[in-house]
Amino acid sequence: MAENLKLEVVTPEKYVVSEDAQIIMAPGSLGEFGVLRGHTPFLTSLKVGRLHYKDASGKDRELFVSGGFAEALPDRVTVLAEAAERRSEIDLDRAKAALERAQERLAQEKAENLNYERARAAMYRALERIKLAESARG
Amino acid sequence: MASLKEVLAKITSVKKTKKITRAMNMVASSKLKGAQSAMESFRPYAEKFAEVLGNIADKAGDETSPLLMPAEEINNTHIVLMTSDRGLCGGFNTHLIEAAEEFANEQLNQGRNVSFTNFGKKGRDWCRKNKFQRDKEYLNVVGGKFGFNVASTAGQELIDGFLNESYHEVHVVYAQFKGMASQPPAIKQLLPIPVLQSGEKAEADEDSPYMAEHIIEPTPDELLNEMLPRNIYIQLYNALLETSTSEHAARMKAMDNATKACDDMIESLTLAYNKARQAAITMELMDIVGGAEALKG
Repeated sequence: MAENLKLEVVTPEKYVVSEDAQIIMAPGSLGEFGVLRGHTPFLTSLKVGRLHYKDASGKDRELFVSGGFAEALPDRVTVLAEAAERRSEIDLDRAKAALERAQERLAQEKAENLNYERARAAMYRALERIKLAESARG
Repeated sequence: MASLKEVLAKITSVKKTKKITRAMNMVASSKLKGAQSAMESFRPYAEKFAEVLGNIADKAGDETSPLLMPAEEINNTHIVLMTSDRGLCGGFNTHLIEAAEEFANEQLNQGRNVSFTNFGKKGRDWCRKNKFQRDKEYLNVVGGKFGFNVASTAGQELIDGFLNESYHEVHVVYAQFKGMASQPPAIKQLLPIPVLQSGEKAEADEDSPYMAEHIIEPTPDELLNEMLPRNIYIQLYNALLETSTSEHAARMKAMDNATKACDDMIESLTLAYNKARQAAITMELMDIVGGAEALKG
């Protein structure tokens, strides 16, 4: 078995993840990328989406990240996100409420408006959360 | 001399006040712990972010982001004033407001317009009283539980204002948390972003086993443009955390002093009570003795 690398997911409020992983897949802004031990130093912004990794025992784990940055080094990956949650921690009801709110706002605002962009971003975040949370049940 | 009953009533009331101040002291100390732990959990993020940002700033070209560009002529200064919502915390708010006032006057003397964003009721009330232009207010944030989203919402507003030139400069007035005994007000420039310090280079590079350059996606400039607004949020969030922690520390100190003052008062009042009681007893005795003497006649 290949050696593990350290994954750290940090938000302004807390450490979400700090553990060893075999492989990490993250939603880079230019496409999803995977990191194994020995990766060349790499820095990228992230999209809103799903980050998943295999932990030391080979179990698949999934996280929601709301954009941010990731830095990959040969022995560790650090993810800086404004919000990140493990799949089990996603508040589905809240995400659904957020989705509704965002859609309402989208219907009202004009497309060039700044609020429009924000509502759209909020909608994406809610959609990704819902998608991830519901994939568990399917 | 005050009557027995009056003194007794006073003692009871001071004792009640003492109960309140002591309870407030305990509440503040438990909230302080929460605020301090929030500060601590923020530190890894802030440190890592600063490191990455420093890295990128070195690589990106100059004059990349409008957020870094000072306005040609500065006419509008915007001040973000952070105070607490509630009083009873000693000179905490007064110090902050004094700092803001001094800064605002300086700006006004240079012929600039001054506007405010308020965090906390005390600062807002002061701005209202002095008829300053108030653009936004956020109440129930400082001292309570708040998330990063508060900072990013407020930061977004400030950035919008800066980009459409309603604000040429944005400064934040907040309380630095330097320890339990010292929370001095501080003023920091948020926008335009002051020249970035590049990360600890030279020395770190020699020790670092990773000599290879980072691959950066999309490009250093684009990444920098994405990071800079977040940097503002981080500064704001940090200032909010420090102000909250400082508020609780200041309140703890103030309430501690108040409790001590209550103790002193109770002591002196008890003394007065005892004296008054003794005086009354003596008086009664005198009466009885006087009466007996008269009967003997």
